Amino acid sequence: MKGFWHDAVEFFPILLNGVALTIVVTIGSLLLSTVLGLVWAMMRVSGIGVLSGLSASLINVIRGIPIIVLLFYLYFVMPDLGVTLTALQAAILGLGIAYSAYQAENFRAGIEAIDKGQIEAAQSIGMGWWLTMRRVVLPQAVRIVLPPYGNVMIMMLKDSSQASTITVAELALQGKLIASSTFKNTSVFTLVALMYLTMSIPLILLVRHFEKRAGKR
Amino acid sequence: MIELSDVHKSFGKVEVLKGITASVQKGEVVCIIGPSGSGKSTILRCINGLESYDRGEISVEGLKVDRDAPSIVAIRTQVSMVFQRFNLFPHRTALENVVEGPLYVKKEGRAAALERGRALLAQVGLAEKADAHPPQLSGGQQQRVAIARALAMQPKAILFDEPTSALDPELVGDVLGVMRKLADDGMTMVVVTHEMGFARDVADRVLFIDGGVIVEQGPAKALLNQPQHPRTQDFLRRVLHPL
Repeated sequence: MKGFWHDAVEFFPILLNGVALTIVVTIGSLLLSTVLGLVWAMMRVSGIGVLSGLSASLINVIRGIPIIVLLFYLYFVMPDLGVTLTALQAAILGLGIAYSAYQAENFRAGIEAIDKGQIEAAQSIGMGWWLTMRRVVLPQAVRIVLPPYGNVMIMMLKDSSQASTITVAELALQGKLIASSTFKNTSVFTLVALMYLTMSIPLILLVRHFEKRAGKR
Repeated sequence: MIELSDVHKSFGKVEVLKGITASVQKGEVVCIIGPSGSGKSTILRCINGLESYDRGEISVEGLKVDRDAPSIVAIRTQVSMVFQRFNLFPHRTALENVVEGPLYVKKEGRAAALERGRALLAQVGLAEKADAHPPQLSGGQQQRVAIARALAMQPKAILFDEPTSALDPELVGDVLGVMRKLADDGMTMVVVTHEMGFARDVADRVLFIDGGVIVEQGPAKALLNQPQHPRTQDFLRRVLHPL
């Protein structure tokens, strides 16, 4: 145990660099997946056949490809097609695209849970499709969508470790590098696990808060 | 101002409207009565384009109702609707519900819209409930907010789709009272209702619909007191003397 504390003090600053990148990857891909997921969901509920069909197939393609393969594709294959991305860009793009499928399905479920009468009331005062979405449907759907959205945040934080496979030196990769050069596997990976857990706890509490609030109405 | 001519409408294989021809004049109060499933609500929903129709033509002030045409917005801002289940926006206060259309559809100035919104809430007897959210209001109060929301659009006519059917009996009177005042003020109203007392006292004309056709129509008192058609007689007997 004494050894662990000694190692912790030594490795903590290095691992903190990894934490910074983990946070960047998580927030970046969270934002991207939210925006893309919203776009897919809006296309899906637009009532326009071509758009909803396109969105449905896109979601299925994305869902059917493992995140790690998507990352390899963006980082190793895209340069052959003339698009060179940095590891960080590829990581955010890959995770963002991969998660957009789940976000889209989550958003769609929230939108479709809104009572049809709400939409009719909006139409009856002359609102068009977009205004109905913006003023009536989405504000109500947010309440329904937030708890699962919080879970996506937690999964995203953990899956950001997959960025290590394309050389993004985030927390998991930093840990692996230290471990392989010092052979202190136990100390290093215990520390890494504790750091992920520490970052997850606020998110877990946030989900619980969302769930309580959604339950109120 | 509202004209329906030979309107047909089917849901799948079921034909719910089998050629409805009717008109509503400016300032007139028309009640539509009939058994459930007879197509009463569908008529209202076709008038403001919540539902499409298959054949015939509906026009409002000479403008053809086509739910897929841009003109539908103009029609909906002229013909408001009050729903059986109120359909207030639960995430907004009573006042916000009322001014939603004026602010975001008609793009009126905020101060003027809010002032008129408060006046409308006062008109339906809910001035002190402006900041309450719909779940905090009784059914009758919610429906009166919904009427204020419809009025806020400054419509030329209001369609009421069984406005008191979802209310506890003791709350029906408040809503009917507000509607009677509107009628007295000259509002054009089309009311689908089971409240025969309201139809008799307030309506100018009554249409009796059954099986997707207008079976009988005429001045309210005459039709309700001396129905001519056997189906009308049978329906009124069941409604007025259920035992």
